[in-house]
Amino acid sequence: MIIYVVIFSILAVLLVASALFAIIQKDLLYAVIATGVISLILSVMFFILQAPDVALTEAAIGIALTTIVFVITIRNTTRNEDEKEINSK
Amino acid sequence: MEILKYIGIGLVLLGSIFLLLGAVGIYRMPDVYNRLQAGTKATTLGAMSLILGVGFMEPEWLVKTLILVIFIGIANPLSSHVLARSAYKNNQMPIIKNGIDAYKKINDSEKSEEN
Amino acid sequence: MELNYLYITVLVILSIAFIIGMLRFIKGPTASDRVVALDTISIIATASLVFMGYIFNRYIYLDVALIYGVLGFIGVIIIARYLEGAL
Repeated sequence: MIIYVVIFSILAVLLVASALFAIIQKDLLYAVIATGVISLILSVMFFILQAPDVALTEAAIGIALTTIVFVITIRNTTRNEDEKEINSK
Repeated sequence: MEILKYIGIGLVLLGSIFLLLGAVGIYRMPDVYNRLQAGTKATTLGAMSLILGVGFMEPEWLVKTLILVIFIGIANPLSSHVLARSAYKNNQMPIIKNGIDAYKKINDSEKSEEN
Repeated sequence: MELNYLYITVLVILSIAFIIGMLRFIKGPTASDRVVALDTISIIATASLVFMGYIFNRYIYLDVALIYGVLGFIGVIIIARYLEGAL
C-alpha cells in the first residue's frame, strides 16, 4: 500500500509544478498544453483514489473539449500575452 | 493456463522497459524530429506490449485489451505524422544540415498552388 | 508473493518514465517539444491505467484507459494543426 502513497505524492508535486508553469508562462499556447497535462495527472489521481467515473469524465472533458475551445480562442485573439498593451488600456 | 501467465509477465516487463526507454529518449535527444521518433515509436511498442501482457495475464479481459491495442496502433502514428508535418511547416529544421530534404519540393509546389 | 514484486517493479519504472517526460515538458524550448512530451506522457498514463486496473482487479476500470486511447490524440492534433497554420 505504501507504493500508492509514494505515487500519489509524486503526482501531487508534478500537478503543482505544471499549474505554476501554466500561470507564470507568457505564451498562452504553452499554458493550454499545461492545462492538458494537469487534467491528465488529475485523472490518474482520481483513478488511484478508486473513483473511475470521475476519472472518466475528467479525461473526456479535460483532454479534448478544453483544449479545442482554448485553441480556437487563441486563434481568434492573440497568442502572446503582451504587457505593454494591457498596461496602456 | 500457467504458461499464459508467464508470457504475460514477460510482456509486461518488456513493455515497461520500452516505455522507460522512450521517456529517456525524449529527454536526451537534441532535436524535435529525433525526440518525435524516440517518443512515439518506442512508446507505441511499449504500450501495446504492456496492454497485451495484461490481457494474457487475465484471459477474460483479452477482447477489450485487443480493442485498446488496435486503437493505440491507429492513433499514435497518426498524431506522430501530424506533429512532424506541423514542425516542418513551422520552420524548425533538423540540426544536421547535410542531408536530402525530399519534402521541400512537395511543400513548395503546394504553396505555389495555393497562391 | 512473487507477483507483488512484479507490481512494485512495473509501477516504479512507469513513475520514473512519467517524471522524465515531465522534465522534458517543463524544459523544452519550443511548442513542438512540449506537444511531443504531452503525447508521450499520455501514452505512459494509458499503459499505467491499464496496469493499475489489473492490480485493483476490476474489469470496469479498463473504460478509463479506453477513453484515453480514443480521445487522447485529438488535443495533440488540434494543437499541431494550429502550429501548422491550417486551423
